[in-house]
Amino acid sequence: MSKPLTPEASSVTPTVQRRKRWNLRTLAPYLFISPFFVIFLVFGLFPLLFSVYLSFHRWEPAAGLAAMNFVGIENYTYILFDDDWFHKSLYNTGWMAIVSGVPQHLVALPLAFFLHMAFRRWRNAVVGIYFLPFITSSVAISLVFSTLFSRDFGVVNASIAALQQLPVFNWFLPEQNIDWGQPQYTKWMISFVVFWRYVGWNTVLYLSAMQTIPKDLFEAATMDGASRWQQFRHVVLPLLRPMIFFAVTLTIIGNLQLFEEPFILTGGTGGIDQAGKTAAMHMYVTAFVDGDFGTASAVAWALFMLIAAMTWLNNKLLGQKEEK
Amino acid sequence: MSATLALQAPRRGNGTSFNASQFIAYAIVLSGAVLMLAPFYFMFIFATHSDREILSLPPPIWFGNHFDDNLKLLLERLPHWWNNLGWSLYIALAVTAANLLLCSLAGYAFAMYEFRYKKQLFVFVMGTMLLPSFVGMIPTALIMSWLGWMNEPKALIVPAACGALGIFMMRQYIASAIPRDLLDAARIDGCSEFGIYFRIILPLIGPALGTLGLVTFIASWNNFMGPLIVMRDMDMYTVPLALRSLQGTGQTPWGAICAGSSIAVLPLLVMFVMASRRLIEGLTAGAVKA
Repeated sequence: MSKPLTPEASSVTPTVQRRKRWNLRTLAPYLFISPFFVIFLVFGLFPLLFSVYLSFHRWEPAAGLAAMNFVGIENYTYILFDDDWFHKSLYNTGWMAIVSGVPQHLVALPLAFFLHMAFRRWRNAVVGIYFLPFITSSVAISLVFSTLFSRDFGVVNASIAALQQLPVFNWFLPEQNIDWGQPQYTKWMISFVVFWRYVGWNTVLYLSAMQTIPKDLFEAATMDGASRWQQFRHVVLPLLRPMIFFAVTLTIIGNLQLFEEPFILTGGTGGIDQAGKTAAMHMYVTAFVDGDFGTASAVAWALFMLIAAMTWLNNKLLGQKEEK
Repeated sequence: MSATLALQAPRRGNGTSFNASQFIAYAIVLSGAVLMLAPFYFMFIFATHSDREILSLPPPIWFGNHFDDNLKLLLERLPHWWNNLGWSLYIALAVTAANLLLCSLAGYAFAMYEFRYKKQLFVFVMGTMLLPSFVGMIPTALIMSWLGWMNEPKALIVPAACGALGIFMMRQYIASAIPRDLLDAARIDGCSEFGIYFRIILPLIGPALGTLGLVTFIASWNNFMGPLIVMRDMDMYTVPLALRSLQGTGQTPWGAICAGSSIAVLPLLVMFVMASRRLIEGLTAGAVKA
């Protein structure tokens, strides 16, 4: 953002223009990119800095700016040691991040491989169908899901009951209708909806990465008698490592800030016993329901640090080997 | 551009015999596809049934004839529904127009000009994509109320008017599709710098604008957290916010919820069917740049 106001004296960029005066031509690119920076400074960077500031204060916005009290790291020590709801929401967030996130990749990878190898004519249609949930309004679709998951008459329970009639399934499916509003089921329900929404997105990412693998490699592997599984294991997986790293990173970042699906599926309440309340929801409630902006900002930054830590860990586990 | 992406011609030479394991694989993939579509199907079906029919066992699996009643109920519960739709449309169109203009302008600068700190500035722009949106959520609400923008569409339009992903997409496309000689020729002919952008670049980047437009429109149309924070009055709600307010007020009107959701989702489905490839390319543009 620090635009150089001095003429370009050194030859850092020996390029098209060699004039040493500022004129419209040399100013033009700065003008063209400036809207982004202005918007980012006002509505991106400033809010971030201000929320850091807020997180060290106790403040109820109704009392006006003058009523801000500096409290040091008290907000942080409070949420880390005393705020049971924060702990619970973190646990919920982590639980759902894993239960909805891991299967996304375990399904998307083989699915993308299969779509890559087969489905000649109908591939685009099938890919499109799997991708569809990703583009639709999470609010609208979560509302529909809460209809489908209703206890007495929901389609989900009706389907389970129907499958229960079949001898293959009846040993593990419950006989009673499941009350998805009960705490022990809420997280499963939310995780399923999140899985449903993002599995197609990951499939598309993997599929597009597979398309960059030279066909010769598959042909050579086939010539050498490699089975499909061996091709997947020894050709696709190693070459897809960068994309797996990238897609997993996106999942971690997205899942840890889960908000809309649990918010709608639990009617904004977090569900019975707050079983479906995520950390982002906790932040929202702390700020806009309880009116405690300082604590809420501390929650935001604690969550941010968790995301940064998990991304770093993921980088250690998955990202490193490719760059040697 | 990176986006030759997915969906190219199928591979040949996989053997055409159809064995049992392949059959099972196809069956699994297709039943997965059914699972992906089922919620949409029931959404449309339920939109045409009364609550009593929806709450019967087994649930209806084909269209009924109560869509009018559901719509009436929806309008009863959400008297500003048409306003809500209008605001959603207005905001999404304004955000899209602003992004097409500002992102292509910035992308053009990054693709075609040499200037000091260009690399650093570009890395900075890309880096802003890493910031999680929820961190700025609380202060954003404060800023909007200080600016007096609460309940104003501009609180949703201005902050979203130019995004890093759009700049990235535009830069990629312009750098690959437009020869620099063209610009020099225009300069020699005395065209101004903005004139070059407006009269030469803009008409040539239609496909990229289309992709970015779709992606931006959909993101704005679906946006929930933004309006949740800045829109206080029901007549200023956007569609997702209005739908959400149907929850938890006494008896839940399932049919009306499904009717409203259908209205909210249908335009996206139509867009997707018409331009799925372009849309997927746009959405994955940042991912597949390697």
